[in-house]
Amino acid sequence: MSHSTRIKLTNTIIFIILAIGAVFMIAPLLWMLSTSIKQKLDVFALPPVWIPSHPQWGKYLEIWEAGPLLSGIQNSVIIAVSVTVVGTFSSSLAAFSFAKLRFPGKNQIFLMLLSAMMIPYPAVMIPQFMMFSKIGWIDTLLPLIVPGLFGNIIMIFFLRQYLISVPNEIIEAAKIDGSSYFRLFSAITFPLIKPAVAAQLILWFMGIWNDYLAPIIYLNSPEKMTLQLVIANFNATYAIQTDYPLIMAASVIALLPVLIIFLVFQKQIIESVAISGVKG
Amino acid sequence: MKTKSNLYRKEKIYGLLYVTPPVLGFLLFTLFPVAYSFYGSFTDWDGLGQMDFIGLSNFKDLFTDELFLKASFNTIFMMIGIPIGIVLALLIALGLNRGIPGTTTFRVIYYVPVISSLAAISIMWSWAFNGDYGLVNQFLELFGIKGPNWLMNKHTVKPALIMMTVWKGLGYTMLLYLAALQSVPRSYYEAAELDGANGFAAFRHITWPMVKPVTFFIVVTNIIGGSQIFTEINIMTSTGGPEYSSASVVFYIWQKAFNNLQMGYASSMAVVLGIFIFMVTLIQFKMNEKSSLDI
Repeated sequence: MSHSTRIKLTNTIIFIILAIGAVFMIAPLLWMLSTSIKQKLDVFALPPVWIPSHPQWGKYLEIWEAGPLLSGIQNSVIIAVSVTVVGTFSSSLAAFSFAKLRFPGKNQIFLMLLSAMMIPYPAVMIPQFMMFSKIGWIDTLLPLIVPGLFGNIIMIFFLRQYLISVPNEIIEAAKIDGSSYFRLFSAITFPLIKPAVAAQLILWFMGIWNDYLAPIIYLNSPEKMTLQLVIANFNATYAIQTDYPLIMAASVIALLPVLIIFLVFQKQIIESVAISGVKG
Repeated sequence: MKTKSNLYRKEKIYGLLYVTPPVLGFLLFTLFPVAYSFYGSFTDWDGLGQMDFIGLSNFKDLFTDELFLKASFNTIFMMIGIPIGIVLALLIALGLNRGIPGTTTFRVIYYVPVISSLAAISIMWSWAFNGDYGLVNQFLELFGIKGPNWLMNKHTVKPALIMMTVWKGLGYTMLLYLAALQSVPRSYYEAAELDGANGFAAFRHITWPMVKPVTFFIVVTNIIGGSQIFTEINIMTSTGGPEYSSASVVFYIWQKAFNNLQMGYASSMAVVLGIFIFMVTLIQFKMNEKSSLDI
């Protein structure tokens, strides 16, 4: 066998193995989708029915009545949008300052912020909870919004690294021209780092959208809950009544927004994750 | 000269001003809570008022608390998924790095579970692990294996959770490896081939050493993530599983703090967890010092 046919054969085998793996990765999600449009009989059919003979889209209407799904989506959107928009602004401004401006104690301050990355949320959640309960913010969205407005350390770190590779000359020249510092940031630096900012913003958005631990601590009333809590409650209620199509329909709704964002921005997200991981 | 020093003074002010929000956020939402957690761990704080200093008593109780020891054991045990995930992800990345057709599609498919909501995924998997109608057992039946009722059995609940976490995290690890593999210079392999090295030798002497920093990064971040496992446990086994066999440390902290209002006791657990994670991260920073951070 020649060298190139051997490579071709190996590649075919690898392709087949990867394809089998891909089936395992995607099958549970397809099964979730398929269950959501099944009739009761098909749900418990053995062997499993993958494509229901009579797809029932009714559950996708029923879920809006069955629980506070709409307010769940609203709450999640309010939290995720306000945090990412304001937080991205404060993060990128700080990253600009850390990378391009000179001020005393810069490296010490940066290191101090970095140390926050070592502290896991469970280690601060109890005092944070007590703090917010003292000022009467329990069962409101504020504890989930306010801390994020001050910025995100990971984003600052990432953007700072990215900015260091931007040549100083442009900025120095603009400084000499008497441009204001905010203009330096908004007109010169920000446009340069836009792709990095976008990728980080999307990752952050997904993180907040999918968060479960913080919301479960702060939110009690159904109409205040985020989407993730709403569907978890669907599960608790309807799993006992074995209305799996309903639960799966709700789960599909919870997945859909981030899935769409991911498919649209797939390239940027993957690049951003790869860079941050490899640079460690 | 005057304008230059004036310029610098302005720069100093703006520089500090622009970093004020994250610094303030750090003081309010990290430093202060950490200090308070630390203090709280030495008290019998019930979350309502009184905080009586009781010294190391919480920590002493911790190490004789059967449930805490069980939760710690479970948390560590479930990290078996880390090496499994690493091996699988590296194999997939090696496959994808050969430039076979459909690479982008594969990358997306393997990555979809990573971005999916953990709550929704947990709900889906608890249905998949159902003893009678679950997808997992129906699959096993193809091979004539009668699967257990995964989440209701103290011997199978942890393997079930490990299976799910591997599935969920595989795409992320694969992606990091793929990026690392793409940065290995092709000339290394060409040289190895000229020297007559076979595929495995090339892997052992070139690929593996070259991806070592990424492997280290993955191990560390996975340990940090794994030590905080909560959502899956809370949704899939809302009571902590049969005989508390799937409860994790964070699950136990959460129960003690917000269900039993034993804030002081829960804080002492949070401190132990925090110290553990701090040390793991510190090792990572130390190991990385030469290669990355240029502060």
